[in-house]
Amino acid sequence: MATQSSYYVPEQSRLPIFASIGLFLTVFGAANWINDGDAYIFFFGALMLAAVLWSWFAIVIKENMEGRNSNQLKRSYVWGMGWFIFSEVMFFAAFFGALYYIRTFSLPWLGGVGDRASSNMLWPGFEHSWPLMITPDAAAHGDAAKVVGPKALIDPWHLPLINTLLLLASSVTVHIAHVFMKKGQRNGFNLWLTATVILGTAFLVLQVEEYMEAYQHLGLTLESGIYGTTFFMLTGFHGAHVTLGTIMLLVMLLRSIIGKHFTPNDHFGFEAASWYWHFVDVVWVGLFIFVYVLGG
Amino acid sequence: MAHGPQPGLTRWLYTTNHKDIGSMYLWFSFAMFLLGGCMALIIRAELFQPGLQIVQPEFFNQMTTLHGLIMVFGAVMPAFVGLANWMIPLMVGAPDMALPRMNNWSFWILPFAFSMLLSTLFMSGGAPNFGWTFYAPLSTEYAPPSVTFFIFSIHIMGASSIMGAINIIATILNMRAPGMTLMKMPLFVWTWLITAYLLIAVMPVLAGVVTMMLMDIHFGTSFFSAAGGGDPVLFQHVFWFFGHPEVYIMILPAFGIVSMIIPTFARKPLFGYSSMVYATASIAFLSFIVWAHHMFTVGMPVAGELFFMYATMLIAVPTGVKVFNWVTTMFRGSMTFETPMLFSIAFVILFTIGGFSGLMLAIAPADFQYHDTYFVVAHFHYVLVPGAIFSITAAVYYWLPKWCGNMYNEAMGKLHFWLAFIGLNLTFFPMHFVGLAGMPRRIPDYALQFADFNQIASIGAFLFGAAQLVFLFNVIRTVRGGKKATDKVWESAHGLEWSIASPAPYHTFSIPPKVS
Repeated sequence: MATQSSYYVPEQSRLPIFASIGLFLTVFGAANWINDGDAYIFFFGALMLAAVLWSWFAIVIKENMEGRNSNQLKRSYVWGMGWFIFSEVMFFAAFFGALYYIRTFSLPWLGGVGDRASSNMLWPGFEHSWPLMITPDAAAHGDAAKVVGPKALIDPWHLPLINTLLLLASSVTVHIAHVFMKKGQRNGFNLWLTATVILGTAFLVLQVEEYMEAYQHLGLTLESGIYGTTFFMLTGFHGAHVTLGTIMLLVMLLRSIIGKHFTPNDHFGFEAASWYWHFVDVVWVGLFIFVYVLGG
Repeated sequence: MAHGPQPGLTRWLYTTNHKDIGSMYLWFSFAMFLLGGCMALIIRAELFQPGLQIVQPEFFNQMTTLHGLIMVFGAVMPAFVGLANWMIPLMVGAPDMALPRMNNWSFWILPFAFSMLLSTLFMSGGAPNFGWTFYAPLSTEYAPPSVTFFIFSIHIMGASSIMGAINIIATILNMRAPGMTLMKMPLFVWTWLITAYLLIAVMPVLAGVVTMMLMDIHFGTSFFSAAGGGDPVLFQHVFWFFGHPEVYIMILPAFGIVSMIIPTFARKPLFGYSSMVYATASIAFLSFIVWAHHMFTVGMPVAGELFFMYATMLIAVPTGVKVFNWVTTMFRGSMTFETPMLFSIAFVILFTIGGFSGLMLAIAPADFQYHDTYFVVAHFHYVLVPGAIFSITAAVYYWLPKWCGNMYNEAMGKLHFWLAFIGLNLTFFPMHFVGLAGMPRRIPDYALQFADFNQIASIGAFLFGAAQLVFLFNVIRTVRGGKKATDKVWESAHGLEWSIASPAPYHTFSIPPKVS
């Protein structure tokens, strides 16, 4: 609660309206592109949005360095980041929930279990199993089927296990970096943060390799029925978040190296990025258990 | 920071002021309300008699879809956010919202999102025509090409809502004046705190479900396609996991507003303040475990039907606590009946009717009869029109003198109330009867025996529409001039917002007030 007498309310700002235009052009352009239009609008919009967000963050950092941000304002940013991560948790919850519903309820029903056995008449010969290697379409229509299941799956104890270790290690390294920052030892901070960014990047490289393996050799694709759907949507959105998290940490690293930003008592930009990083780490643990190990 | 607003258009484009942003939200939502209302009038005009008179069935479906989407996402939600923007900083003694620039971003996304949604009307294949609940596979395999634009407009509306909600939570938790403890907060602030939590919890789920649609439509995934092992019913589960809390997002702030207004005009403190807070929190919790009562007829196991039936009926308990508290607040009060109070009393009575029809719908075996009939339409319009819309209207009359410094015309306000009250009951009460008699919702034509009630409903709808023009005229007149309002405005008003001048200065509480 407020103890100091003034809270910094920024002057008029052009950022929000330009961010809105950029966001609009991005999604309008994306819809246009997907519907067989040109991609120009999308790229223009995305570039504009990125530029606006870049200057937005730059201004916020500048204001903080000028000492305009009271402790109370800093707490607003802390609350903001915390609730943003909660919204991300709920986004993933929708996809994990879909996976749970499909495996526990709808697939067995589709395969004739329970009092909804009549649905099996639509797909004669279909038997439910998880992972779903033979889709209802393939079971009922054989070679004429449009949606066929994957030929093989990713072995959880190979690349995914390495990726798990990489991400878990990265959570530790980012924490060590944080400890160094709190002690005011910039070199240690830079070193361990660099290690974190490298671990994150290595994860992404291995994830790309896994996807290429899935597409080229295993017949495991977005189009290979509900297994491929849930597999790629969950790991894909996670990968997108790791990408974003790595960029965030990289920016923090460059801010520390080039701009000498952050002090032992004031480094919330980095803390927010590290919270985000721990969050994507926890999501990965969920993925490793429910998608790879229990799903394979 | 001491100076006033910038001149010209850039004041609105670049503003970081919670009052400016609140006003923009309110005007935007009223514009959307009129637009969505015009669509409703097209629907009612077509349904004035059986047969096809005015529009084609395809266009009729687009109107029902857009009417629902615009009223939910364009009218009700932004109006509540606008009220939150205006009032929460004033009520908790904060200089502004916690994150003022993001606040303006939240608003300015909306005009773009709705322009994009409305532009689908002019695309080949027409606008979305699958109902505001956009069930798969109607919204995936059988959707018009414009569905992609619909999906992305939902995405950015969601982003706007999440940012708005984060801002509201940060303001309430971090910006209260010294002494403003949580249990001293006005109920409007409490209900918005809980609403904001609901928004952050479920808007991402909505983003998830439209993303699944996008992937199914364009990238060959099988979420909602049984051929690949997916399930269309999955859509309904994910959608209603968002959809049911969404219903409370549209009513909890209304509870807050009415809990502010009734004590003022009953000249008694609110009865059972803390029970109101706990009831609101209970409703929010229950809203997460009742979603499948929207899908009783879809073929769930009996255990599921029973669980969702009983959980749904439980909601009547905290809601009943609220209704009894409002009634008890009025009991033996020195009541006067200014326009905000009229709307609030009508809220209590008519919302309760909507609550009871909701209880009827909650009974799973009975719902098999009511499902997808006009009874459902009657039910949710009774909670949304005299619920959400009446509370927003009451709030505007209640706080307008504080916003612009002038008193509105009371006679015209009362005229608005009675026209709206009669109009809405004429419109929606007969829908109970035609629904129970079996008239399905979302059809442009109907059997002859439903004609009389439908004619009454159509007449009522146009009356209700006309009433809103009286409202618009009254508000514009008040903003432009009129009798000066005192700082306290209402004889028995309590709270920090009445301690500042009328009209509220451009910047308030730059130094936080002390709350005893």
